[in-house]
Amino acid sequence: MADNVRTGEVMSGRVWRFDNDVSTDLLSPGAFAIDPVEVRMLHVLESINPSFAAEVEPGDVLVAGRNFGCGSSRETAAENLKVLGVACVVAESFARIFMRNAVAVGLPVLVCAGVHEAFAEGDGAEVDLTSGKVRNTDTDTELTGDSLPQEMREILTAGGILAVLRESTGQHLSL
Amino acid sequence: MGMTMAERILARAAGKDQVQAGEFVVAEIDLALLHDIFAAGVFDTLIDVGVADVFDPDKAVVVVDHLVPAPSAEAAAVHQKIRNHVARLGIDSFYDAGDGICHQLLPERGHIRPGSLVVGTDSHTTSYGALGAGGTGIGTSDMVYALATGKLWFRVPETLRFEFTGDLMSLVSWKDVILHLAGRFGADAAQYRAMEFGGPAAARADMSSRLTVANMAVEMGAKFGMFAADDVTDSYLREHGGVGSDPFGPEADASYAAVHDIHLSNLSPQVALPHEIDRVSPIEEVAGLTIDQCFLGSCTNGRIEDLQAAADIVDGKQIAPGIRLLVAPASRRVLQEATRSGALESLIQAGATVMAPGCGPCFGGHGGLLGPGERCIGTHNRNFPGRMGSAQAEIYLASPATVAASALAGYIADPREVESTNG
Repeated sequence: MADNVRTGEVMSGRVWRFDNDVSTDLLSPGAFAIDPVEVRMLHVLESINPSFAAEVEPGDVLVAGRNFGCGSSRETAAENLKVLGVACVVAESFARIFMRNAVAVGLPVLVCAGVHEAFAEGDGAEVDLTSGKVRNTDTDTELTGDSLPQEMREILTAGGILAVLRESTGQHLSL
Repeated sequence: MGMTMAERILARAAGKDQVQAGEFVVAEIDLALLHDIFAAGVFDTLIDVGVADVFDPDKAVVVVDHLVPAPSAEAAAVHQKIRNHVARLGIDSFYDAGDGICHQLLPERGHIRPGSLVVGTDSHTTSYGALGAGGTGIGTSDMVYALATGKLWFRVPETLRFEFTGDLMSLVSWKDVILHLAGRFGADAAQYRAMEFGGPAAARADMSSRLTVANMAVEMGAKFGMFAADDVTDSYLREHGGVGSDPFGPEADASYAAVHDIHLSNLSPQVALPHEIDRVSPIEEVAGLTIDQCFLGSCTNGRIEDLQAAADIVDGKQIAPGIRLLVAPASRRVLQEATRSGALESLIQAGATVMAPGCGPCFGGHGGLLGPGERCIGTHNRNFPGRMGSAQAEIYLASPATVAASALAGYIADPREVESTNG
């Protein structure tokens, strides 16, 4: 959970593709709001892709359209994906709070114009957070996204905002 | 160059003379809001990271509003934990189950000051922009950091400015205005940005209307949604906390990402159609669609003005057979006011079911959820699939007047066409 994000390396994985406006209600349904993560993770995106939570594998990459993570401030939307092992979410745009929460929990995110069009479900993806390069290894097309600002990447690299806080309070991460 | 409201607030909170959109700052938090879905987890995590106290117990407000009354033993246990934490940490501003919804309570009890920076573990924290505050939603880890240190990082947002002119038609409200903006500009038009609402029509808007608009700024992606603090704000603060305020707004030569002029005189009642907030039609195009449930409440439209607007429409009439009309006042004070004014009696007489002040149905938690294929029209703020129970249910969003008119008709109806009992 608290594993460091190696932003200098290229992540590669299989793509799960979603459309515009994937809401926090889909990522973390309100009915399971106070359930433990072991329960919440079973219901991630079940309304629009019932097999996702069961079949997603560590290292897989989510590709989405505009406004990914719109809606609630619930951090569980980002946390659930991280716990399921999603390596990175690449979208045309993110809802502000989701993006902030992704950084806070150490889930890599990248804004990349054209990414929704460039990938089909199941394609292979390579993502380099530092350069912002996103490559479809099936079609051999490459796009360049907006690499995260340095300030946000530092939090991500540390493993999230709580890791930053632990460092400042003298409690180090147990990796 | 002058600063926008967002820039002024973040500059002051970061201890700087000037900041510009795009810049990263570390800002001091004036107020932190937590509600019952997240408070216990945040306080547990504080202990876990080795922080014994919050940075300033007087700058934290905790509200039990989402799981109210507790719908399960688990929810009740969460509330018990919160009460223990709040007592342990010395947080005096604690509102327990039944007091009301956080975004109603904080303005109503005088916690919000113009120009302040407020963070909350709830996306609708933008509501406080109605009083000229910079309110924004954050997640639980950021809240842990904020409570531990009193500070948080921010990227200074660009601002979209909306200048409103003209007068709304009778039975058209500011809920219709914000739905219209979402439909016209899109659900991500204000992504990573702030919104400012100004112009002569905004200056005439009452605080209840301003709260509705600022509340839903987040539905267009906004970080803040703000009205300048003016004499309306000053009067509201004097009535809800005792201390008035000086004017607070943008500087004259502030720079905006865009300025949009919006004329209100010809606006019809608006309805957001499933399942996107920016799929919005004027009432004329959707009237007649049959419904199963009507919901009047939420932090968007659960105030006395909203209950009164609905009561005026249903007064002396009966809602249509087979229709469920649920009413959840935004706070106990609203409930009392609606009792005194007779609005509640009109609603109950018409066939409404009155619920406890709280968030239950609106966030899909409990109480008044929808089955597959059911259709609901409500005064709340989101119509995503699965937002209110079944993902196969349909949610339409509208004003209190439109919801009341629809409850009478049994289908989506134009409030301007309801026959008066007197006429």
